[in-house]
Amino acid sequence: MNGARPLLELTGATVRFGADAALDDVSFRMFPGEVHSLMGENGAGKSTLIKAVTGALPLDAGTLVLDGEEVSFATPHDAQRAGISTVYQEIELLPNLSVAENILLGREPRSHGMISQRRMRSRASRILADLGIDIDPASILGTHSVAVQQLVAIARAISTDLRVLVLDEPTSSLDLDEVAELFRIIRELQARGVAILFVSHFLDQVYEICDRVTVLRDGRLVGEYLTRELLRIDLVHKMLGHDISDFKARQREPVVTPEAPVFLSARGVTAARGITAADVDLGEAEIVGLAGLLGSGRTELARALTGASRLDAGIIRIEGQTVHLDSPRKAMSLGVVYSSEDRRAEGILAELSVLENITLALQAHRGVFRRIRPARQRELAQSWVEALGVRPPDLDRPAGSLSGGNQQKVLLARLLALSPRVLVLDEPTRGIDVGAKVDIQNLVGELADNGISVMFISAELEEVLRVGDRVAILRDGRVVETVRASDVTVDSLLALVARPDEQEG
Amino acid sequence: MSATMTHPVAVERPTSKYQSFLSRRAGMMPTFAAVAILAVLLACAEAFLRGDFLSPGNISALLLDNAYLLILAVGMTFVILTAGIDLSVGSVMAFTGILGAQLLASGVPAWLAVVVMLAGGAVIGLLIGVLVQYFSVQPFIASLAGLFLARGLAYVVSLSSIKVEDPAILWLQTNRIRLGDWYITPTGIIALLAVAVAAFALHLTRFGRTIYAIGGNEQSARLMGLEVARTKVSAYVISGFCGGLSGLVLTAYSGAGYPRNGIGTELDAIAAVVIGGTLLIGGRGYVLGSLVGVFVYGTIKTIISFMGAEQSWMQIIIGSLLLLVIVVQRAIVARSERRR
Repeated sequence: MNGARPLLELTGATVRFGADAALDDVSFRMFPGEVHSLMGENGAGKSTLIKAVTGALPLDAGTLVLDGEEVSFATPHDAQRAGISTVYQEIELLPNLSVAENILLGREPRSHGMISQRRMRSRASRILADLGIDIDPASILGTHSVAVQQLVAIARAISTDLRVLVLDEPTSSLDLDEVAELFRIIRELQARGVAILFVSHFLDQVYEICDRVTVLRDGRLVGEYLTRELLRIDLVHKMLGHDISDFKARQREPVVTPEAPVFLSARGVTAARGITAADVDLGEAEIVGLAGLLGSGRTELARALTGASRLDAGIIRIEGQTVHLDSPRKAMSLGVVYSSEDRRAEGILAELSVLENITLALQAHRGVFRRIRPARQRELAQSWVEALGVRPPDLDRPAGSLSGGNQQKVLLARLLALSPRVLVLDEPTRGIDVGAKVDIQNLVGELADNGISVMFISAELEEVLRVGDRVAILRDGRVVETVRASDVTVDSLLALVARPDEQEG
Repeated sequence: MSATMTHPVAVERPTSKYQSFLSRRAGMMPTFAAVAILAVLLACAEAFLRGDFLSPGNISALLLDNAYLLILAVGMTFVILTAGIDLSVGSVMAFTGILGAQLLASGVPAWLAVVVMLAGGAVIGLLIGVLVQYFSVQPFIASLAGLFLARGLAYVVSLSSIKVEDPAILWLQTNRIRLGDWYITPTGIIALLAVAVAAFALHLTRFGRTIYAIGGNEQSARLMGLEVARTKVSAYVISGFCGGLSGLVLTAYSGAGYPRNGIGTELDAIAAVVIGGTLLIGGRGYVLGSLVGVFVYGTIKTIISFMGAEQSWMQIIIGSLLLLVIVVQRAIVARSERRR
């Protein structure tokens, strides 16, 4: 294959959002009849690269060559005309129209200006039969399962003259049989010479279906490898990427009794698709780090423990008492608070002031009738701003104008104002600069020293090790092991997280 | 690869005719409900009024009396299918009606007056459509502005009623094509024609399918390469045009233009469309349903005037019916979402 000419070649691609480069001088190529995987943690630049290839985002620098010709797409529609189709994770179809219309609308067969429903159905059923999908083309799309809708989206993509198919996390909402069905179709397209870009955070699937993998990290290219030549552990290593020699596990003061009385204990927690039968214990004044790859269920576990998502099974005990955390509000009243990984969407209220952002949760918790006096609010917010070192220390600034690290501190202040017993922090250091990162890490340590139990989630293993007293390791929605942070190194933790196939049967 | 081709995986193939019908025509359920409501209403009226109700004369009058509303409902169906709303149509009807009457009174030929009425309605619709599409104004607000504008223009034309004496216009109303005891007027034919043209456009042209696509998911429709902007503006132009047409029909029906006509009629049109099974969230519904909805509306009105009851009962009954229909529609939508 290496001798063949790539069908699509992106060279020196750079995409900037303001001052930040979301994609920095990345080169990427796809060969006909090959399934190519794009790997990287959140924020590595995967979706930016996809958007650059499919015309949804313009390149600030770099060239895109399709089949030997340099091209540039102004809209996704242009890319489609050139034979590059995308199936997004969120299905971009019309649930209220028929399957046939969803496949063919925009280029439907017409006679005398009228749509011929009959010809449209027969053409759609030919396309569906080609893919081995047996559904009624006249049925309304919305009556089918998500999996079938996804297949219809693929059918729409291949009904044009398809050369490159981009599948963006196509398997995240499918079950095993449905994934097998999807893979069968991918192999079929592969045999027809279509170049396929398959983006998924499930390593098993990547190894099953992909020939080649390109790894991105922080918007830069790490490398392009043949899947069969790349060990799983090496792949994870490249994704998370660090020089092992750079990091030392932080010297902690010896914890007097690491197995301090258990404050919160979860047994057999199962929620939605993300997490199955997870057991976690959180001691008083203990920091438990949660390590796992993207898609291993980190966030799902956090949400299940804090009432943000409903438990399908399992028991949560707080100080030995079984509790039902059916809403974040309930969890809050029991002293369990959660800080979401998505700071902008689920955390900070950018238009409100720092003061309002800090006092919001406390006021909401007390209820409208027990208003906190304005003077008291200011005093409270001021004390937190000082304690956490929010810069600039201006209470009336809109929170959205602060830097990422300071927004995170404001969020922490909001939660701490509730005087919680358990703090669940989901990726609190994502996307903030190094200095602020260290601030947050130190802060978490201090909180634990003051008796708060913390669950600390991060994609960065060295951070989890440095901050956590113990580390719970998540794989495919299960807590597979819990180790003391001092007993493992970044390398051995990496091995646990990645489950290298050569170590287990 | 042919090995895999010979094993098509059966994914959700409906087994019986009934299931196949359900999966193809799930969206028609609310409209069937409307037909059922109409049947029940007619049966009740027949029973309570001791067999006087279901006469050819009464049924023919139903179309005659509600032709203007039917035309408004047809235009409204386009807009609601795109998940929008047009509050201006009642005022547009009044404005074009009084404008036409004034033009005729000052000696303008009938054909020119009609063209001006229709164009006037379409222009107000265009204005609303452009506001909605290119200035991202909420349809509710944009058409509210259209409502005030048209009503104001109507008062500018004349503050009092203007009688129409043009024979061509009055012919639309007075000429009755009879078949036994049944009859139909040119206004009724215009209204039914509007329904037929709309049904054709909505189901058999790309324009019509784009209307449905926008209501289903505007973003997806755009990604599919459909002409979203033009189609959405067109929906409001059609609604405005229908406002002008119904202004003509109402002027013929009442023999005069009156600037206070049609206050609140836009809400009657919306009610008829919704009762007819078109969902306010867009993308689901049928213009034939709106026809049924107008008949339901007209039947209730007739029953009440037959019984000699207060006209306020009309509003109470329509209100309760709307509530019921909306709840039922909600349940249908919720069920179809669960099935996925």
